[in-house]
Amino acid sequence: MPLLKNNTLISDTWIHAGAESQLPEAGDIIVPFARLLKDWETLAQHNGKLGVELGNAGRAEALATFLPKLSVIVLPFPAFNDGRAYSIARQLRQMGYRGELRATGNVLPDQLQFMLQVGFDTFDIGERFPLAVWQQASRQMSLAYQRGLFRRGSEAEIWTERHTDADPWLEQPHAG
Amino acid sequence: MYRYDEFDHKFVRDRTQQFRDQAERRMNGTLTEDEFRPLRLMNGLYLQLHAYMLRVAIPYGTLSGRQMRQLAMIAEKWDKGYGHFTTRQNIQYNWIKLEDTADILEALAEVEMHAIQTSGNCIRNVTTDHWAGAAADEIADPRPVGELLRQWSSLHPEFSFLPRKFKIAVTGAPNDRAAVKVHDIGLRLHKNDRNETGWEVIVGGGLGRTPMIGVTVRGFLPEPELIGYLEAIMRVYNLHGRRDNKYKARIKILVHELGADKFKSEVEAEYAKRPQASTEVEERELQRIAAYFAAPQFEKHSRWSAAFEEAKLGNPDFARWAKNNLGVHRVDGYAIVNISLKPEGGIPGDATAEQMRLMADLAERYSADELRVSHAQNVVLPHVKKDDVFAIWRALQGADLAPANYGLAGDIIACPGLDYCALATARSIPIAQSISRKFADLDRQEDIGKIKINISGCINACGHHHVGHIGILGLDKKGEEFYQITLGGSSAENASIGSILGPGFAGYEVADAIETILNTYIKLRQPGEEFLAAYRRVGPKPFKEALYAAA
Repeated sequence: MPLLKNNTLISDTWIHAGAESQLPEAGDIIVPFARLLKDWETLAQHNGKLGVELGNAGRAEALATFLPKLSVIVLPFPAFNDGRAYSIARQLRQMGYRGELRATGNVLPDQLQFMLQVGFDTFDIGERFPLAVWQQASRQMSLAYQRGLFRRGSEAEIWTERHTDADPWLEQPHAG
Repeated sequence: MYRYDEFDHKFVRDRTQQFRDQAERRMNGTLTEDEFRPLRLMNGLYLQLHAYMLRVAIPYGTLSGRQMRQLAMIAEKWDKGYGHFTTRQNIQYNWIKLEDTADILEALAEVEMHAIQTSGNCIRNVTTDHWAGAAADEIADPRPVGELLRQWSSLHPEFSFLPRKFKIAVTGAPNDRAAVKVHDIGLRLHKNDRNETGWEVIVGGGLGRTPMIGVTVRGFLPEPELIGYLEAIMRVYNLHGRRDNKYKARIKILVHELGADKFKSEVEAEYAKRPQASTEVEERELQRIAAYFAAPQFEKHSRWSAAFEEAKLGNPDFARWAKNNLGVHRVDGYAIVNISLKPEGGIPGDATAEQMRLMADLAERYSADELRVSHAQNVVLPHVKKDDVFAIWRALQGADLAPANYGLAGDIIACPGLDYCALATARSIPIAQSISRKFADLDRQEDIGKIKINISGCINACGHHHVGHIGILGLDKKGEEFYQITLGGSSAENASIGSILGPGFAGYEVADAIETILNTYIKLRQPGEEFLAAYRRVGPKPFKEALYAAA
């Protein structure tokens, strides 16, 4: 399945290990959060990069001690209107996580920009919509009122623009 | 009044363009109705029983004459020549076509209005005291905070897919006209003994099928901290609010299930982690916004207006209207004019395009170009010289806008009910009409005195029946409409949820039942005692006996 990142399609090179399945000898793997807890000692020695999928009823703080070792965190949207992962994503970014943050599940173009703004940078988009639709959807709004969002050069925070001489927020890195 | 700057304009234009694209994709079939639904809802577009309904935000209930005129134009061009003012200070158009909607949104954007987040599981239009900036009892005008919250909540990427809708109300006065205790978040301004102001933050109030009075989580929050603190509340709700059952998904259920203390500690923990402690930008933004809400230039007048007093002496109908429909203004020689949209036998909150234009004219000419929409579905001219009140009344009279029943039995709050609404289980409008006809006699209404009668056509309680002094809830029993009556509700500072009196009534019996209740009140009241006070003193028993004894 292709992933969307930086407005282009990339292939998913990660191996998704299940809760119980045999771990591969090497390669980049994504495991469910429960397995991260259970098999941490083995996983910490794994020959390859490590990622985790956190269910959206999970708590961001539960990942705090693992963050330095994680290269990808996958947050699922079981339904596009289940918005919990937006808050978890923001919490993870506020905790200082700078690795890949991937949205999976019912990811649709009309929610893409919100996801980018809270810090997601890769998207498991399936094959239903052509790339052009995603590209257009990623830049529908050029302005946001809220501060501390992830944004690209063409997007601006209104309150920050209005009060340029006030203390700036820590600059957020540009996301996907 | 607030005016858009280049950013606000661009934001609303981007949004309109985005909706135009979404509507086109729906019409050409690339979006399914399921996928389009939340998108159109976030732009205020509902699919109702007979047509699309567009709900337009009137932020904190404030309109200029130009904006009201544009609402009239929309009613004429794209609807059937009228609109319906709602209990959340919005206006609804009931006969909209999908293909016209983007054009309507563009017409709204021209006058600095929009329909963003008037529906959907997101933060809805912020409401406030309809006398804001004019009321004599006010500590400060709450509208700058209302505008700050409007901006902050608009397309908030984190909080656009909440477990359920989210309503915020703000009041700057101790007499609560904004019902802050029955909102998801209510903000009430206080002044301490050092003359500083701070906001009481009340969370978890609400109506619907589980009515609750909110709990105070902060007693005195400094104003610039509002945004950060509200972000923390919203995040706790977004993460932990129930999503398994839409009837248990409002924040009131989370507060109730966690307990107020646990909920509060979750919020405080989240607030403590905020990435930016400085509130300098919020302070500056508040100052920038507040400048737009500077009071109009009031002239110096004595409290006593000879013209006003003479007009009352010469015209008893005017005198009566003036007695019932004027509010006390904070400046001598001025009055707050409450225009009742509740003519005898009419539809509460409906106004025709001509009526809207007349109200726009009056606002421009006599009220510093300001109008307010009240949650009681009336329209307010907030800053009127007493000398001008008679001329206004004459103009209103010619347009069926001068019912003298403000705050009385004829001033009924009602949702659209089964005549329009896809959720309704019973009709509301005919019930309102029958009660309004029953009490058409103004002498009788004045004898009964201040009373709030609220009608909802289903358990979702858009007519706020739980907090009506008399509440009427329309239900469906085996295909027949029937109506439950509650007594003793209030949305004011001493808020309470009404109690169900007993078995329900058929639609044709409701007005008689209300009459029996009010006759009972008249018999047992003490001198000067209003209905709610009398009910709180004597309880439901005498009313029950009067209503059900005969049966």
